[in-house]
Amino acid sequence: MNQPSLVDDLKSGLDAPICLTWELTYACNLQCVHCLSSSGRRDPDELTSAEAFGVLDELASMQVFYVNIGGGEPMIRKDFFDIVDHAVERGIGVKFSTNGAYLTPERAQRLAATPYLDVQISLDGLDAATNDPVRGKGSYEIARRAMDNLADAGFGPFKISIVVTRHNVGQLDGFKALADRYGATLRVTRLRPSGRGADSWHELHPTSVQQREIYRWLLEHGADVLTGDSFFHLNALGEQPLPGLNMCGAGRVVCLIDPIGDVYACPFVIHDEFKAGSVRDAGGFSGVWRNSHTFRELRRPQSAGACASCGQFDACQGGCMAAKYFTGLPLDGPDPECVNGHGEPALKVAGPHPIMAVDHSRAVPILLSRR
Amino acid sequence: MLDRVLTRHPQVALRPEPFGALAYHYDNRKLIFLRHPDLLTVVQSLDGRRTVAEALDVAGVASSRRPSFLAALQSLLDSEMLGEPALTR
Ligand code: SF4
Ligand code: SF4
Repeated sequence: MNQPSLVDDLKSGLDAPICLTWELTYACNLQCVHCLSSSGRRDPDELTSAEAFGVLDELASMQVFYVNIGGGEPMIRKDFFDIVDHAVERGIGVKFSTNGAYLTPERAQRLAATPYLDVQISLDGLDAATNDPVRGKGSYEIARRAMDNLADAGFGPFKISIVVTRHNVGQLDGFKALADRYGATLRVTRLRPSGRGADSWHELHPTSVQQREIYRWLLEHGADVLTGDSFFHLNALGEQPLPGLNMCGAGRVVCLIDPIGDVYACPFVIHDEFKAGSVRDAGGFSGVWRNSHTFRELRRPQSAGACASCGQFDACQGGCMAAKYFTGLPLDGPDPECVNGHGEPALKVAGPHPIMAVDHSRAVPILLSRR
Repeated sequence: MLDRVLTRHPQVALRPEPFGALAYHYDNRKLIFLRHPDLLTVVQSLDGRRTVAEALDVAGVASSRRPSFLAALQSLLDSEMLGEPALTR
């Protein structure tokens, strides 16, 4: 079929999102240093159960196939299972992300008995010494216990989800082996400077040597390892693109509903600049998705800016909008982790990074010290 | 391929989009882009009674366009979105 490329088709937007993330609460038992939503305390204005059901009914009528549920820690909500059941009954698959603290043997059984449900447990190190400085004291044990509970309940292939940092790149083979031992699927995603990540990113993001290592490792494992298509900036490293969609989907195929119902272009850009509206607006979620000014702008052809002269723009697309925005770089220029080295000098002259508009961090100092 | 009788897997949903449609398989979680509105018509007409050739006729797909449609149908077969109708039905 003689057509524009798939990426061109998708850039002008879809009738409904493919990849919709819905963060159910800002409350969290942990306080990870790279939390993209700066979670900690519940927001008093979070959607009620009735409002949440209303959103699901609307998503069902838009034929949204599945929602990615996150937080905060989504299982903290007392109506967590009511929301999951309501979604599944309406034909919306649920993929949810948890740190595992509330995933008891009983709840694991219940999850195992629910159809169209995927669970992913977050883990950022192969041992407590690597994991806990990032995710908090005791979080390694919590995650492993949750995995054991899922395995004992016969859940089947759950996911283990890793954010790649400078400190765990060397453990990728180990993570894969761990997933294989559980019969689980490994998911590795890119660290972005969003939320509290703005403060920890400079210390945690992989070095340029490590970026090459990640690219090679991902190519070697192909579609066996999930990435949320988050590493496409690495495609500029070689001839062969990583599997998946090679584009920034913000506002085009991706969006976020936050716990108070505000709609943003993607989970990594919780900032007024990328806010499109609220599910509480008169037109509901579909009105926001179809008509918001923010999304319409994102769906217009974007300028490649300083990347236009780069031979690899088709492969890399200039990288991630969130990564640029929260490091103070222009949106139409190279990614801060540009594999051709154009990020470093840009970072040196970048202005102060914009502060996340919404912050629910608890008032305890977070220290990122290894051991 | 042309004379095969095919049907959609019962767990597959189709969502029309400006470029054609999305097909999602609730069991194996695969997502496939049907990149032409006529391809959606073809897939919708594969109801376990029609052959592929008949479904292409329903959508008015001329023979010059058939190879690309057959390739797309093959990827739907490979991902188990399409298959032989169950004998028991
Ligand atoms: S802004 Fe970054 S994280 Fe968000 S959709 Fe675009 S590439 Fe992905
Ligand atoms: S200059 Fe831009 S397009 Fe080229 S590799 Fe760097 S970020 Fe990608």
